[in-house]
Amino acid sequence: MAVKKLPIAKAINESLRKALETDPKVLVMGEDVGQLGGVFRVTDGLFKDFGEGRVIDTPLAESGIVGTAIGLALRGYRPVVEIQFDGFVFPAYDQIVTQLAKMHARSLGKIKLPVVIRIPYGGGIGAVEHHSESPEALFAHVAGLKIVSPSDASDAYWMLQQAIQGDDPVIFFEPKRRYWDKGEVDFDAIPAPLHSARVERAGTDLTLVAYGPMVKVCKEAAAAAADEGKSVEVLDLRSMSPIDFDTIQASVEKTRRLVVVHEAPVFYGAGAEIAARITERCFYHLEAPVLRVGGYHAPYPPARLEEEYLPGLDRVLDAVDRSLAY
Amino acid sequence: MTVESTAARKPRRSSGAGTKRASAKKTPQAPDEPQLVQLLTPEGERVTHPDYEIDLTADELRGLYRDMVLTRRFDAEATSLQRQGELGLWASLLGQEAAQIGSGRALRDDDYVFPTYREHGVAWCRGVDPTNLLGMFRGVNHGGWDPNSNNFHLYTIVIGSQTLHATGYAMGVAKDGADSAVIAYFGDGASSQGDVAESFTFSAVYNAPVVFFCQNNQWAISEPTEKQMRVPLYQRAQGFGFPGVRVDGNDVLACLAVTKSALERARRGEGPTLVEAFTYRMGAHTTTDDPTRYRADEEREAWKAKDPILRVRTYLENQGLADAAFFEETEAESEALGKRVREAVRSMPDPDTMAIFENVYADGHALVDEERAQFAAYRASFAEEGK
Repeated sequence: MAVKKLPIAKAINESLRKALETDPKVLVMGEDVGQLGGVFRVTDGLFKDFGEGRVIDTPLAESGIVGTAIGLALRGYRPVVEIQFDGFVFPAYDQIVTQLAKMHARSLGKIKLPVVIRIPYGGGIGAVEHHSESPEALFAHVAGLKIVSPSDASDAYWMLQQAIQGDDPVIFFEPKRRYWDKGEVDFDAIPAPLHSARVERAGTDLTLVAYGPMVKVCKEAAAAAADEGKSVEVLDLRSMSPIDFDTIQASVEKTRRLVVVHEAPVFYGAGAEIAARITERCFYHLEAPVLRVGGYHAPYPPARLEEEYLPGLDRVLDAVDRSLAY
Repeated sequence: MTVESTAARKPRRSSGAGTKRASAKKTPQAPDEPQLVQLLTPEGERVTHPDYEIDLTADELRGLYRDMVLTRRFDAEATSLQRQGELGLWASLLGQEAAQIGSGRALRDDDYVFPTYREHGVAWCRGVDPTNLLGMFRGVNHGGWDPNSNNFHLYTIVIGSQTLHATGYAMGVAKDGADSAVIAYFGDGASSQGDVAESFTFSAVYNAPVVFFCQNNQWAISEPTEKQMRVPLYQRAQGFGFPGVRVDGNDVLACLAVTKSALERARRGEGPTLVEAFTYRMGAHTTTDDPTRYRADEEREAWKAKDPILRVRTYLENQGLADAAFFEETEAESEALGKRVREAVRSMPDPDTMAIFENVYADGHALVDEERAQFAAYRASFAEEGK
């Protein structure tokens, strides 16, 4: 099974299966991850094959899930925790920020907490409140955590493998509206480093940086721009902490224009950090200010409005045009 | 468990808000109060309890006395060092020696402890060098010992968080098929935290081998237990499906017996137990606190009469289990400990500045590397200017 075409959800499922098979210390835990196979069926079949000792249906308490995962990691286990939806992570925020992120430093390096927290995130599925959020910046601000998000099936498989194998806590944001997008997964591949960005589409006139669910939108935008004679480069950031600034810098030194796109609110978002640092690194190369496209400083709207709230093809192209107009 | 069921039948009002203050005047077994497991009275009389018995040698009894005296001496030295400016802060355990030594000496080496930031007596029992506890209070680190050397986790400052870590750890112990037990310390204030309630839920659901050892020292900084609960704390366990027991927290024998029993229960695979050690915080919450603003001297005086160390000394003397030479030796040993701690703290070096960037991640992080290099270059620029 060297190469298979799989939806992202299935690629994550295969990655969890592989981890459970290869390392007896790996545990999968969360609400409804067992018998049901998860509300998105990402853990489908794992309970049946690995049993309740390895695939653990937990009480409905997010702080308890992360807090006990920390304890299990202290005992030598490698828990892969599922938080059911982005908006439900906040009861666990204290454990993640004050304990999970800091215990390695607190112990002067003696404690390692290889805990992975999987969070389906982002909008576009017509959900009720708290089911469509993009809270990655709230975690990226915290030293001690690593934050990643795959955009396709291959990355979903391999980045989760790498996250589980690493000795640091990783928050693994899964683009839930892309769960059923299929892509090829090469199970024998040698994956790129977890925290490297990737050029998804080469271009010369402008760089689009995105991650997770927005990579697809940016690739479509680049294709549309090409029809108008504009050569747009698309980078998949893949990791929000750390950020591979070298790859962004190399791209911007070539294209001289940068637009950052994410679903999360623009204010204090990843785009702000990228804009500031790339402005420092590429000040004399930039032909235009770094522009950002993202959510607004408002609660995520009701589903009937989300198409307007989410950055779509037109809003990305509008930003491309504005940048090129400088 | 008889203790639990008897108390649970009592009307809520009688065992609620009035309990704490009344207990200073009445005997612990007064009919309108929750039962309190006691094996050694404040007057130093040995009493029995139907569910908890303990048979200790003279050597072991003297050992408990010595542990408590040395712990108190260490604690007093740390308070002094704070007053002298050598420590930034100290959280005194004064008055809680029996709860900590009794529970601490109930543990086996392979058991694992999850402390708050006040478990200096438990640390002593685990063999953690007391001077190592002082690094965080001096401000040279956030916890200077290797948790796995003594199965004594780092002090946790966020209230109640460690009860979940203890529960998870205990879930792991059970998965490993080991017969070790885990003990989670917390206080009366922490019992209001959601994490503590969640740790009760998780440990009950997974039947985790964990003992929840609550030192109810009556005060969460300035807030009395009436501000945290309407029923005696140990009764809460019943609602989660495991036994709770209230023990005289100033009685080292009772704390030892009750904790041992709870640990054995955990080892047998019968799940968690909540132990409420009913005690009193004789000192301030920490050295920054001023208890005169919120509590009366009379209350403290009443608890002073129930001192955990004095009753053991009385018992040892009355029973002829220790002679004057033993008490003199212990005194001399405690003075030596004070001196050693004092000297160790005063000579404790400040960490290297670049330690800011150390151990942020286990596998490294590009931003930390970049900022470390920037900061090093910035510092080096001053050195060059100075030339």
